[in-house]
Amino acid sequence: MKTVSGWERLRAWFLLPAWIWMAVLFAAPFAIVVVYSLLTRGAYGGLGLPWTLENFERLADPLYLGIVLRSFAMAAATTAICLLLGFPLALFISRAGSRKNIYLQLVILPFWTSFLVRLYAWLFLLRDSGLINTALQHLGLIHDPLPLLYNNGAVLLGLVYGYLPFMVLPVYATLERLDPALVEAAADLGAKPWPTLLHVVLPLSAPGIRAGSILVFIPALGAYLTPDLLGGGRTVLIGNLVQNQFTNARDWPFGAAISVGLMALVGALVLLMLRREREGLV
Amino acid sequence: MEPILELRNLVKHFPNQRAVDGISLQIPRGGFYSLLGPSGCGKTTTLRLIAGFEQPTSGDVLLDGAVVNEQKPYQRNVSTVFQNYALFPHLTAAENIAFGLKRKNRPDIERRVREALELVRLAGKESRYPAQLSGGERQRVALARSLVLQPGVLLLDEPLAALDPKLRKQMRLELKEMQRRVGITFLLVTHDQEEALSMSDQLAVMNAGAIEQVGTPQDVYLRPRTRFVAGFLGAVNWIDGVGLRPEVTRIARTLPPNGGCFRPATVTGSVFLGNCVHVLTRLESGEDVVAEIPRDDSFKHGAYQTGEAIHVCWNPSDEMIFP
Repeated sequence: MKTVSGWERLRAWFLLPAWIWMAVLFAAPFAIVVVYSLLTRGAYGGLGLPWTLENFERLADPLYLGIVLRSFAMAAATTAICLLLGFPLALFISRAGSRKNIYLQLVILPFWTSFLVRLYAWLFLLRDSGLINTALQHLGLIHDPLPLLYNNGAVLLGLVYGYLPFMVLPVYATLERLDPALVEAAADLGAKPWPTLLHVVLPLSAPGIRAGSILVFIPALGAYLTPDLLGGGRTVLIGNLVQNQFTNARDWPFGAAISVGLMALVGALVLLMLRREREGLV
Repeated sequence: MEPILELRNLVKHFPNQRAVDGISLQIPRGGFYSLLGPSGCGKTTTLRLIAGFEQPTSGDVLLDGAVVNEQKPYQRNVSTVFQNYALFPHLTAAENIAFGLKRKNRPDIERRVREALELVRLAGKESRYPAQLSGGERQRVALARSLVLQPGVLLLDEPLAALDPKLRKQMRLELKEMQRRVGITFLLVTHDQEEALSMSDQLAVMNAGAIEQVGTPQDVYLRPRTRFVAGFLGAVNWIDGVGLRPEVTRIARTLPPNGGCFRPATVTGSVFLGNCVHVLTRLESGEDVVAEIPRDDSFKHGAYQTGEAIHVCWNPSDEMIFP
């Protein structure tokens, strides 16, 4: 029989709190949601029998499919913009020498305040009587306030603002580990700065870009607070749809079905990316 | 003939270090040249100034007669083999070798890569990634990656330091042979005097940011100009301020009839080294002197016993005298 060393037993004990946490706060709620998604809506909301797959069939409705597609487009755009802004920022920080830590603290600084409070700050900046419109009007640059709020652009701005650090940090971590001799070797072999970036730095930071993209894309896909506040209810994304089913529409089984469908989709995407990462040589 | 590479009064000061302190060198075309010195003597900084990774505080770097101070590394007609090779881990051996050719838009990339792989005897391993190659193979990829560009000067920064000792000796011969075959000027930076002596046509010995001596391996080993050079290139016995290599130091139980120099001494021990024996002695004046004698000698006349009174002798022409 295999003997279990004291160290291994200790390690199992150390993992126990994490297992309990995951079981109570992830596995159990997930199981509940799956069960809900298979039930029938009660007469006055709530849940009832019989068991059914009808909730999932309703997902194919073009109305909901449109919302799903719009959410994917929004999350993809958020990820792309976060990458375009985050990669140069991460590169800059990784080359900043002794000031690295200051810049990293600045990237993390927004987390010191609640996301809700920060979104309200954006409301005050963007609304018709907000800081930006008032300033532009006082300067005489515009007459009527610009429509900065309650549209797709405002939602995208909010999502990028909220999730940018999740792109910057993992990309920074890979760039930080990049051997500076590789960049010198590229220059030595005749590569100008842009080709060096394209053929050496970018491919070698792929693991960080992949991790950052997953960290931005997934929460952006399920976001509901940002579209709710900055989109003013006009830009309905999956998150808002789910929220709506559980509140105004009182259709818990359908809301649960949307959640399960979204999770399945995201899970499949992540598995696909992880497999590609394993196949590629890092 | 005009030197391929010239350094004119080159100076590089870092905030709290004078790394290179006024170096002037002329490196002739088509040879194997070494910069030899202890770690921290400024030899690697000198190499980085030539490659363009560092900007000189003052002085000039001339390639083929033209000052290249203002040229970026990717504009200079030199190529570097880095100490840890700096191979691109995401590219195969062949892709690593093709990297520079592609950036420089050279024609016939496929053929040149194939020839370079054959030159370094790596044909068949072209699709391996650096992580799948041995240390010696990685080094050959690094060599091929630079040589394929036909640079005016190939800069080698301690290229053998990362290899195990046996492979290192074999690679010395290979490097030297490769230099002869391709005819490109090699500039090697090393702290290993055996390496520099065995490979170089000419070498410069550096110390504390300055050149101590320039010459052929024979020059610097047999006629060192400073005590530092004498001591750095090999072991030295110091007798009355005169330097003597252990291999020209002799030991005798009776005084030789044909004269020469000698000092009475006592044997303090001996070390068997396989191909020779080191006899450790102490002169009456107190200096420790090592004599390297052939193995057979020490047996023919009976091994020298610790405590035995003998004479240390040498030929005056073997003396190294410093001002």
